Amino acid sequence: MKKVNLIIDVARCHDCNNCFISCKDEHWDNDHSPIAVSQPRHGHRWMDILNIERGKYPLQDVCYLPKPCMHCEDAPCIQASGDGAVYRREDGIVIIDPEKAAGREDLAASCPYGAIYWNEEKKLPQKCTMCAHLLDQGWEQPRCSHSCATGAMEFVLLEDAEMQQRVEAEGLEHFHPEYKTRPRVWYKNLFRFTKCHIAGSVAIDYGLECAVGAKVTITHQKSGEVWTTLANNYGNFKLDGFEKKSGKYRIDVELNGITKSCVFELTESINLGVIHL
Amino acid sequence: MTGEKRLTNSTTGGPVFVDVKDGKIVRIVPMDLREEDAASWEIEARGQTFSPPRKATITPVTAAQKSLIYSPKRLLYPMKRVDFDPDGERNCENRGISGYERISWEEALDIVSKEMIRIKREHGPAAILSTASSHHLWGNVGYRFSTLFRFMNLAGFTYADHNPDSWEGWHWGGMHTWGFSWRLGNPPQYDLLEDGLKHTETIIFWSSDPEVNNGIYSAFESTPRRFWLKELGVKMIFIDPYFNHSAGLFADKWFSPRLGTDAALAAGIAYVWITEGLYDKEYVETRTQGFEQWKAYILGGEDGIPKTPEWAANETRIPAREIKALAREWGTTRTTLAAGGLGGWGGACRSATGNEWSRFMICLAAMQGLGKPGRNIWSTTQGAPCDETFYFPGYAEGGIACDTGNSAAGYEFANRMFANARPSSNPINSPSGQHIPRLRIPEAILEGQLEWRGKGFCGSAIEAQFQKYEYPAPGYPRIQMYYRYGGSFIGTMTETNRYVKMYQTDKLPFAVNQSIWFEGEAQFADIILPACTNFERWDISEFANCSGYIPHTYSQCNHRIISLQAKCIEPLGESKSDYEIFAELSKRLGLWEAFTDGGKTELDWVKQVFHATDLPKGITWEEFLEKGYYVVPNKPKGSPSTPAMQWFAEGRKKDTPDWGPMPHDQVAMEGLQTTSGKIEFESSSLKRFDPNDAERSPVAKYVQSWEGHHSPSYNRFPLQVVSPHPRFSFHTMGDLKGSWLNEIRDHRVLKEDGHRYWIIRINTQDAAARGIKQHDLVKVFNDRGEVIMAAQITERIPSGTVHSYESCADYQALGKPGESPDRAGCINLLTPKRFMTKNSYGMASNSCLVQIEKWEE
Repeated sequence: MKKVNLIIDVARCHDCNNCFISCKDEHWDNDHSPIAVSQPRHGHRWMDILNIERGKYPLQDVCYLPKPCMHCEDAPCIQASGDGAVYRREDGIVIIDPEKAAGREDLAASCPYGAIYWNEEKKLPQKCTMCAHLLDQGWEQPRCSHSCATGAMEFVLLEDAEMQQRVEAEGLEHFHPEYKTRPRVWYKNLFRFTKCHIAGSVAIDYGLECAVGAKVTITHQKSGEVWTTLANNYGNFKLDGFEKKSGKYRIDVELNGITKSCVFELTESINLGVIHL
Repeated sequence: MTGEKRLTNSTTGGPVFVDVKDGKIVRIVPMDLREEDAASWEIEARGQTFSPPRKATITPVTAAQKSLIYSPKRLLYPMKRVDFDPDGERNCENRGISGYERISWEEALDIVSKEMIRIKREHGPAAILSTASSHHLWGNVGYRFSTLFRFMNLAGFTYADHNPDSWEGWHWGGMHTWGFSWRLGNPPQYDLLEDGLKHTETIIFWSSDPEVNNGIYSAFESTPRRFWLKELGVKMIFIDPYFNHSAGLFADKWFSPRLGTDAALAAGIAYVWITEGLYDKEYVETRTQGFEQWKAYILGGEDGIPKTPEWAANETRIPAREIKALAREWGTTRTTLAAGGLGGWGGACRSATGNEWSRFMICLAAMQGLGKPGRNIWSTTQGAPCDETFYFPGYAEGGIACDTGNSAAGYEFANRMFANARPSSNPINSPSGQHIPRLRIPEAILEGQLEWRGKGFCGSAIEAQFQKYEYPAPGYPRIQMYYRYGGSFIGTMTETNRYVKMYQTDKLPFAVNQSIWFEGEAQFADIILPACTNFERWDISEFANCSGYIPHTYSQCNHRIISLQAKCIEPLGESKSDYEIFAELSKRLGLWEAFTDGGKTELDWVKQVFHATDLPKGITWEEFLEKGYYVVPNKPKGSPSTPAMQWFAEGRKKDTPDWGPMPHDQVAMEGLQTTSGKIEFESSSLKRFDPNDAERSPVAKYVQSWEGHHSPSYNRFPLQVVSPHPRFSFHTMGDLKGSWLNEIRDHRVLKEDGHRYWIIRINTQDAAARGIKQHDLVKVFNDRGEVIMAAQITERIPSGTVHSYESCADYQALGKPGESPDRAGCINLLTPKRFMTKNSYGMASNSCLVQIEKWEE
């Protein structure tokens, strides 16, 4: 049985919000019963776009993470509903039954991802349906991925084993794997959102020239693990994928036999400033 | 789906399918192309074949159209200001204060037409002023050059000419370096996608954010191209005060020059090239003129100041070593300069130093062999393969008016559209008639006297912008009535409390606003006429085709898609299409026969446009009506590629389909439009006009901004504002009025009082120094006004600079309009009304100093 999966590459998202808006276009003032009833004009984010800025000027970077319902295999909302008010379809899509779930404000609280919204007017918990009503009528994908213009979002119908192969080949991950809910939404380049970087600049000749090709070595003080890179033609370097709050690191910078080093504490992405050789 | 019908329409952000059921719009979706539609282009480059996705992209503003059509701010019936009596007290000072009452169409049209007749008989037709907002909705028939001009030219009016607000520096500056007046000084972009994919090694995006500004109208058509270039290993460098969204996705390096100092950075780069020999001497020798004079300026021979990287570092706050590194990278790799987001344009050109920036961009590109393979000015947004011989007009070609004096109709379309009939033009609306620059409408009303140079977009010749004008034009009357279309100017012009004050005086006896939504200037009208959107009437258009001063703009798109814009639903409430409103007024003015050409409906006009184009070569009217769109086939495979400016670089005759240079501007059909036919480091047109103009001298120079870090007021207002064209609104279309876009975290911030505040982006240190935390309300102010906004604290902008998009849709004064803080978010209340230079009558909105403090009511 082929099931739905949504693959989101955060390195290709620049927050255009076409997914967020197209979701509203599909669901505001439209009744797609029994899959979903109308979403309010404002307030719901069935496709929510989280954002993060990392590091300091001028070496900072940005990342956006579109976050819909994760359509979890072990969905806490299904468990919380008890009586079938939330159910999983054969294709893996998790649906809140708009009739059975009436009045169940507790369901909104059951989602660790905060993906269920309370419709105050209709007294109903609501969320992303993966546009199941459209898929059932022959659409090849939901509105969010259909309107994505940067290729950040790919909807695929695959056997779980096939999907697992893609997960391994492309290094796909779950957002918040610690929730252990086995989502059907996968992320690529997730480190850009969840991990941190170490960046800096290297200069020579009293700061008048960039230290092109300076060798940068980062050493984790506790584990002894080492990362290396070279400063580019602007003397800039950036190493990525470090755990936040991972303790002390030493940086060694070397060019033409001249070296400099220092030790710093990594709590979040850091710009070490200009290192003069 | 059951009962749903799929129709087509189009917008400023792409063509769309519209699913309609029971007289309501169900959804608006981007178009997927079908198997039967024309094949997509293919480009072979560096061992790969590149071909675009078979779909049309849309912008978020287009995605949100349903919320704008069914907006709670829609005007659903005509209204009259409660204390306005055309036959008694007008109480003009109460505009914006006294409120409205519903009236019938009959009454509204009677009042407006009676006033028009009275004013024409008492003062003459030129006493009626009219203009539309920068953008109107999409469609060749309904556009302002079309329906509005057809009516106004017949009725008689003074037009408030639009300044080229996105092109200023290229128009007033760049044009004098290399001509291209028919493009307002902007670079041509033909076939540069292929050239870039094949040859370019480095792209420098300078004041360019194509992911936000979408070229113009072309949504995300060019996004895959930047990913391809990136995957080919092309290095991407961004120069922009703000770490913009294209930079966020693609930047290998980002520079943030202090606002207004881009030309100093450019001068520092030129210094490195000259002193290190990193430029194309042969090209400079044979294809340019005046380099020695410019070189003397750069090396300090003229003013004693060598424009060294260290000098530039002092102005720009970019380290000298990085300026050197940038110059060396640029000077040693095949580099394309993406100056502005369209190929031209860019926020840097809308400033006190905009002329010099644009001229420096051309000078730098010339030093690197502009037009040689991989070396050009190209912004990645235009220049996809397309068939330019297949004729379909852009909106700037005049639609159902075909005013040859005020649109590009005369180039081709008027002859096709009105082969056996008359286009609509009016001598008042000609260079010998009466005009007002829209940037000076308040002065025209309040002071009654104006002088300036250049009528609107001055594209007919390089010298057109030197032409002197005055208001009132000799023998013409002063304005008695303002027939305003839309309400954007408080959000989009400069020092815009002026526009508010202009309304609150009996020097303007009558103000009408024809608008879709109740917002902005609409709240200052005496009579409001409710118009409908283009989803509620018939029209026809092509994706991203404006034409006019951007010939062949559709080369931005991956496929040339021409759509029928179907009337998807009936006009909401009592609203009417512009054409219907003008037709009704025409009846009362005795112009109905002339205006409707004997009773034509909008669909009749759409059909007439269809037959005036090349569409019948590919599809019948009946098929078009049924299918709703047509994809123009590409040129046959193997057709020669003619990259822009390559002919010039190689000293050949022009081989691109560009409209100019005109034969009279060339000698033996060779060379550019400039007097020398070359790129002019020393401009012959400026030398003739005013060789002693220190702000715009014949040789391009770095001129300190008159509102920047050297200004006396910098002490009191130490923050420089950059206010680019907005991301989540197209001009003012998309913002507020119940649009879903308001919920986007980077557009507005919802506060406890239920109001969604416009965002100003401020560096972490500047915020901390003022005790400002994320999303705190702040007062942004200078001597021109005060605006309440929400602070977004960021490292994407350096200390000393703040960022807030322009084009807030509404104006909400907390107290007396024009004299109290605005909480809608019109940053343009604070931007200077001063023209760019004494002889460049453009806006300098990116030269603006403010102070910010925490706002506590």
